[in-house]
Amino acid sequence: MLKKRIIPCLDIKNGRTVKGVNFIGLRDAGDAVELAKRYVTEGADELVFLDITATVENRKTLTELVEKVAREINIPFTVGGGIRSVEDTRTIIKAGADKVSINTSAVDRPELITEIADQFGSQCLVLAIDTKREENGEWVVYIHGGRTSTSLSTIDWAKEGERLGAGEILLTSMDNDGTKNGFDIEITDKVCNAVNIPIIASGGAGKKEHFADVFINTKASAALGASVFHFGEIHIPELKQFLKEQNIAIR
Amino acid sequence: MIAIIEYNAGNITSVKNAVERLGYSCIITGNRDEIYSADKVIFPGVGEAKSAMMYLNSKGLDNIIKSLPQPTLGICLGLQLMCQHSEEGDTECLGIFDTEVKRFPSTDIVPHMGWNNIYDVYDPILLNGFNKNDSVYFLHSYYAGICKQTIAKCNYILPFSAAMKKDNFYATQFHPEKSGDAGENILKNFLEL
Repeated sequence: MLKKRIIPCLDIKNGRTVKGVNFIGLRDAGDAVELAKRYVTEGADELVFLDITATVENRKTLTELVEKVAREINIPFTVGGGIRSVEDTRTIIKAGADKVSINTSAVDRPELITEIADQFGSQCLVLAIDTKREENGEWVVYIHGGRTSTSLSTIDWAKEGERLGAGEILLTSMDNDGTKNGFDIEITDKVCNAVNIPIIASGGAGKKEHFADVFINTKASAALGASVFHFGEIHIPELKQFLKEQNIAIR
Repeated sequence: MIAIIEYNAGNITSVKNAVERLGYSCIITGNRDEIYSADKVIFPGVGEAKSAMMYLNSKGLDNIIKSLPQPTLGICLGLQLMCQHSEEGDTECLGIFDTEVKRFPSTDIVPHMGWNNIYDVYDPILLNGFNKNDSVYFLHSYYAGICKQTIAKCNYILPFSAAMKKDNFYATQFHPEKSGDAGENILKNFLEL
């Protein structure tokens, strides 16, 4: 049976992780490679690295980091942040990443989705969608790291992304992100029902029950967490044991 | 020396990294002599069947692969290209394995992406030491049907070939290089042949 995936997300700045971590036994908590290895050992099913600086001068540092990570870990990983072209994608994939995620650049120029999918295959392309519910009750797509709203409906954009060739959607609820009150079940469920590609639920993970909740109440294929893992609030082996006890298919 | 066949497919670097982690030296090459003289050959690939086959044909790599005498391992698209025919782009493939490659029906999420179990494992060499509770990592929208060369099955929407073997040719639909320790063990079994 296909397993639900648990995906820690590491925010990267200048080649290092930025969110604080309080793992015991890491020589350098800011070292992304060491943290990645730690998560692999603990049973993470996949990893996401998000370059939050994403400036031109940092691209080289990011590429070097991807090369190092690829040499060290034996599970799939995605790299996102500042990828704006087929060329950017090629650099990251060649360095050893399995997938790239694009967000703002896909809204700016939707053809980019097709260009990347044609070149590297859909399986290689994660469409990241940041969504927020407006006062009128509609979910709208945000870009530029959540700073700019667009006129795009979240559901329509997800469908369009699938049509253009995205292989997976990383759906982040901005309303829930950072609240630790749980994933946004409603929008996750709506997007899962609108498309036939895997959805990674993101934003709001605070405790183990939240992961069970999103897997039981939506068809999400994966759930992502950042600080809950970095700060050791949720320990991956315990999370996976807990989910197994709820009869959720977990590796 | 292990040769990894270079063609216009995706993440080949991971395969090279995995082989090197296991302590073997390897080259990524499209050169006929380098491929023939290698101890073992890996035919990886993530990508689209039609353009991949066209590339192989244009470089004469199709005939080279079919005639390889040494242990050869196809991975993912590599496995599919070793079958008779693929629905993806209506592509004639290498014809090593006696089965067809078809697209998963859209009755569930496609691609089949993530960790899944394999069963009916009856190859004592490549899959030696495989624990039935282990999962391996899949990432594909097309599958090879079950045939007499199937040495492990997976079930997603329907049962399909997770691994195949014929003479010196081995292939896995999953990515051993991305399947954690279980995958690394499979790769090790192949490298130790």
